[in-house]
Amino acid sequence: MTAADLQTNGSKVRQPIMQARNLVKTFGRVVGLDGVSLDLYPGEVLAIIGDNGAGKSTLIKCLTGAEIPDSGELTVSGQPVHFKRPQDARVHGIETVYQNLAVSPALDVASNLFLGREERLAGPLGKIFRVLDTKGMRRKAKEELTRLGISTLQDVTVPVENLSGGQRQAVAVARAAAFGSKVVVLDEPTAALGVRESNQVLQLVRDLRDRGLPVILISHNMPHVFDVADRIHIQRLGKCAATITPQSHTMTDAVAIMTGAATA
Amino acid sequence: MTQQQTAGPPSAGHADLAEEFLDRQTTLSRIRNILHRYPAVSPALVLLIAVVVFGLLNDRFLRVENLSLITQQVSVVGTLAIAQTLIILTAGIDLSVGAVMILSSMVVAQLAVNNGLPAPVALLAGLIVGLAAGALNGFLVTRFRLPPFIVTLGTLNIFIALTLLYSNGATVRGSAMPDMLTWTGSTFPVGPVRISTGVVVMLLLYIAIAFILGKTAWGRHVYAVGDDKEAARLAGIAVNKVLMSVYLAAGAVLAVGAWIQIGRTNAASPNAGLDLNLDSITAVVIGGTSLFGGRGSVWGTLLGALIVGVFRNGLSLAGLDVLYQTLAVGILIILAVSIDQWIRKVKS
Repeated sequence: MTAADLQTNGSKVRQPIMQARNLVKTFGRVVGLDGVSLDLYPGEVLAIIGDNGAGKSTLIKCLTGAEIPDSGELTVSGQPVHFKRPQDARVHGIETVYQNLAVSPALDVASNLFLGREERLAGPLGKIFRVLDTKGMRRKAKEELTRLGISTLQDVTVPVENLSGGQRQAVAVARAAAFGSKVVVLDEPTAALGVRESNQVLQLVRDLRDRGLPVILISHNMPHVFDVADRIHIQRLGKCAATITPQSHTMTDAVAIMTGAATA
Repeated sequence: MTQQQTAGPPSAGHADLAEEFLDRQTTLSRIRNILHRYPAVSPALVLLIAVVVFGLLNDRFLRVENLSLITQQVSVVGTLAIAQTLIILTAGIDLSVGAVMILSSMVVAQLAVNNGLPAPVALLAGLIVGLAAGALNGFLVTRFRLPPFIVTLGTLNIFIALTLLYSNGATVRGSAMPDMLTWTGSTFPVGPVRISTGVVVMLLLYIAIAFILGKTAWGRHVYAVGDDKEAARLAGIAVNKVLMSVYLAAGAVLAVGAWIQIGRTNAASPNAGLDLNLDSITAVVIGGTSLFGGRGSVWGTLLGALIVGVFRNGLSLAGLDVLYQTLAVGILIILAVSIDQWIRKVKS
């Protein structure tokens, strides 16, 4: 980010990091997305809310390469992109924490953090025999968890299945934060968590934003959304019904827009 | 407000109590956690106990010649079980391992004896047969998304038929083969024992595969794919490539198994070793590798193969009928799977 960007931060001239225009996605005769546009600015938490079947999940799948939109444009830092697989989005610095967490239960915390992008030892052992740098990855995993202030996970050699729901979520978020250079997308990060664990995850979201990383947050939980979001994108029947802020509208307004009882 | 005040402190106390309760470990759950982390521990214990018991029952059991014989008896199944472990780790199963090995061994023997090809070329052809069989299984599993059980049930029959068609049902005797093909059956002295070359080849394969599974990214991806395919895909692992490479690797291991089989039986027979399919699965399961994928190790499989070998040998030395050996193996399998299920409860 340049100084000029920082100065204009907060005004309408700042450049979105990610931009979607008129995304359309159909599944047979079912219309998942019916021309959805979305802007994500640096250092903001953009919440996406909507009723079941409103197209929240389809929208983020199209943004993260898990689904390919039928039509519409997607740009990252002003560059047009076409994601065919989740890896394509990842290459552009977009990391996603999926609702089902996408962690491998039997592997330990460090292995999960580096899953799919393992680091090899330097020298012939790594180059010829392709030996993993297990110690190095464990050290880095620990550093990353400390940096994110995740104190409940000290032992990175524990299999993920031995962790609580909140700790697993922390592992998934840490993985996204460690490798997401531009955008972190969180799909229902607090859905399966208790009160205290939810608060930890929400604090993680704020920390990511404070480090300048924009976050897209999909959630059903209105208090959580109004707690951390800077802007709220409301999906209804495959379209964007409105984009509001926690200041401009109340939760009741948001629910009304979501259900079609009111318009923004 | 007053309600909150009275409800606040006790509920916080409950949370702490609950956590304490969850953290508290009974001896049983501690054992379970250890087994969960080191799945090879339970087969190692079973093997140790079996060796001690059979040693007490019969003095001949613990003689070095007998122990050496057990390793030789285990060498073919032990090798097939490596291939089986790789596939079961990906939550698959391969019913065709025995058939692929026999097909490969027939091709090697026929090319060398009937077509007069040099032994290394014949062995290379055997390797290609193994790889091709693995590629066919892998292709059907990844491209057509068919369950591995069904795919390999089909290819099992195809490979058996191909073997019989190719060989006309005739056995090739070892005496007619070049020495290199029966090299795996040769022995060399180590102190008072004679060790079979085939056993050494099998052990080298174990070391190589254990290294690859434990120390490389590919190995970790094999576990991740078997553990949760969708999670692996979302983590950026090319699941189909990993699966395909696993079936190819298994095919290559089976080709080595074919070589060991020729040496061990001093022949290549189209009718040999069809029960090796199930024996290899038995070794994997008793070795603590989970049939649901993502959990286990080849060392466990080696222990599993040795356990079966020790039981069969020990029971026959104890003068029991073959039927009882089979009965014992059956009980072992059910025990092993029960233990696996129990260990898996660590999760919840």
